[in-house]
Amino acid sequence: MAYLDHAASTPMLPEVVDTVTAALRDSLAAAGNASSLHTAGRRARRVVEESREQLAAALGTRPSEVVFTASGTESDNLAVKGIWWARRAADPRRTRILASAVEHHAVLDAVEWLVSHEGATVEWLEVDHEGRVHPDVLREAIERDPSDVALVTVMWANNEVGTVQPVRQLSDVAHEHGIPLHSDAVQAVGQLHVHVATSGVDALTLTGHKFGGPLGVGALVLGRDVACVPLLHGGGQERDVRSGTLDTPAVAGLAVAAALAVERQPAHHARLSALRDDLVRRVRGAVPDAVLNGPDGVDRLPGNAHFSFPGCEGDSLLLLLDARGVEVSTGSACSAGVARPSHVLLAMGAKEDDARSSLRFSLGHTSTTADVDALVEALPAVVERARKAAWR
Amino acid sequence: MRLLAALSGGVDSAVAAALAVEAGHDVTAVHLALSEAPATLRTGSRGCCSKEDARDAARVADVLGIPFYVWDLADRFREDVVDDFVAEYAAGRTPNPCLRCNERIKFAAVLDRALALGFDAVVTGHHARLADGVLRRSVDDGKDQSYVLAVLTPEQLAGTVLPLGHLTKDEVRALAADRGMGVADKPDSHDICFIADGDTAGFLRDRLGAQPGPVVDALTGAVVGQHGGAYAYTVGQRRGLALTVPAPDGRPRYVLSVEPVSRTVTVGPGEALDTSVVRGDRPQWLDPRPLPLECDVQLRAHGAVHRCVVHEDAGGWRLELATPARGIAPGQAAVLYDGDRVLGSATLG
Ligand SMILES: Cc1ncc(COP(=O)(O)O)c(C=O)c1O
Repeated sequence: MAYLDHAASTPMLPEVVDTVTAALRDSLAAAGNASSLHTAGRRARRVVEESREQLAAALGTRPSEVVFTASGTESDNLAVKGIWWARRAADPRRTRILASAVEHHAVLDAVEWLVSHEGATVEWLEVDHEGRVHPDVLREAIERDPSDVALVTVMWANNEVGTVQPVRQLSDVAHEHGIPLHSDAVQAVGQLHVHVATSGVDALTLTGHKFGGPLGVGALVLGRDVACVPLLHGGGQERDVRSGTLDTPAVAGLAVAAALAVERQPAHHARLSALRDDLVRRVRGAVPDAVLNGPDGVDRLPGNAHFSFPGCEGDSLLLLLDARGVEVSTGSACSAGVARPSHVLLAMGAKEDDARSSLRFSLGHTSTTADVDALVEALPAVVERARKAAWR
Repeated sequence: MRLLAALSGGVDSAVAAALAVEAGHDVTAVHLALSEAPATLRTGSRGCCSKEDARDAARVADVLGIPFYVWDLADRFREDVVDDFVAEYAAGRTPNPCLRCNERIKFAAVLDRALALGFDAVVTGHHARLADGVLRRSVDDGKDQSYVLAVLTPEQLAGTVLPLGHLTKDEVRALAADRGMGVADKPDSHDICFIADGDTAGFLRDRLGAQPGPVVDALTGAVVGQHGGAYAYTVGQRRGLALTVPAPDGRPRYVLSVEPVSRTVTVGPGEALDTSVVRGDRPQWLDPRPLPLECDVQLRAHGAVHRCVVHEDAGGWRLELATPARGIAPGQAAVLYDGDRVLGSATLG
């Protein structure tokens, strides 16, 4: 099997498996709820708080700014809805959301929900043909009326085409007008240098399963002075902004994964970029008319490659590659399994047919040259077949 | 063989796929997404292609350990089946959308793509027997679907595997239960899958608008009622005629014909519906025989079988029935059988 879908989920690091299993085993002796006052509770609390410190140190933020959640999706929803509600409560004119047109559905749909249910308005910030939001686009959108903007949300790096956004410059622009900026850094942590304090972002989303941590655990890094209305009400365990008893072993695994991923990030970046550049070169060699989508230069996730194969449908390519043991993704979200033409590619100016003919190859910590070999070997015949199988 | 199993989310296609896997074939599953705005959950025995059906289909593939994909055919289904259905009603005919779907979608677009992708054939859960190019009725008379497959060409049948023809529906359910499949006791789907509430007249009214016209008595020529759209009437229909003038003989009246241009629905006594000669257009043989031919014919899905003699008639067929058939609706298929063996089909004119 050649697994080229690390952007969907990357295998847990062995150290993380050890951490999680050790924490699970500890809970055999004493089931600890981190909110309990007895010894077992204190032990669980200690694990949670040490994890919070470890995660904060890895990401260049303070422990008090780490809110544990159950997923990237939850973190995105909490940031977008919670900050919007709080900003509007402080000043009812603030209803406008400025969001990049290439956000993940966890942001996109949360924004759409605020528009359809809460009277928000949204302005989708246009991107260039490589998927990038230019700071002057943001500036222009804000300056149309700085007083009615509730928040800005622009992802750190795109999950489909890998484009890295100029987050620092964007947050500077937002801050000139005192507007908070949220960034979904789910794909960035571990692949890029993510340092919250120097990035200027007010809120940042991450999730464990994209950088070697467990599934079903994430965090929202939320600046201490950023007001945020909770989505989940209850015990107020996480800074009163998120309720629910934490999954102690998962939280511990998340922190260890973050620490290791950040420590290894520079070397990981170098290795993955080289492997990815090799993949891109060889895919172009194998299928000369394949078109690379997204940036050709440096502003790209090191593990990401994304191609359109003219005349093919992405789902045929996926089926044929899967049958040959090569696991890839069309990259875009599906609804009940039906692939939709990617809103990301459409926003970048692609035609609908090209958007339907694309595949994402994403590399990660277990990827090797053998994975690329398997892909490049299978690809020419697969593309030829997929062309014949295009719907007539 | 490399087979592509079309999983609807129901029990028949699930067992068909399971039997194909157990026979040693290399099977890949697809679910056809036919509805543009799929409902989240299924409502009773009606409708299809809800997200729940897609999930049930995915579950079956997981249990069988085979790859599973969803193919989006909503656009094609709308054009080739739903729009065709509406247009046929608008023209005063009574289409069979399952037949159209088999002919244009399942055994056309899907089969073509499957063959292009390198599969040898498509497997479906239809109840009919197919071996060496010969299509026969299912052993389960009540569930037999050979009628809606009879429109396929020999080439289409050559790319088709039907594993269920020698099983009754009860046996199919038992096989599903034996294999731990959750769909074993899922209700059968009835009616027209894209009309989830079963209200065909309402569905047509939404699409064709009100087209009021007269209801005329065939015997007296008198206008005996008004209707809101001739498309809501099918030859042979007795209910819902909303007549304002009682029949002179006091006996029930039936729709005898639907004339879309003048929007006239003609009604009359039941025996006026009896026909002994029907015409078949666009005939198609699966098992060619010289004409004239004495054989059996079925004139609607789950309808009675009539003995008949088939004659050549201006490129079509003239079928002389030994016993009169009541309420033959133009647009349905005439399927010829020799015993349980399908010989060919034509569209009733
Ligand atoms: C950019 C981005 N945001 C959010 C998510 C959602 O994260 P999770 O799967 O933890 O809910 C993903 C993962 O699919 C993602 O790629």
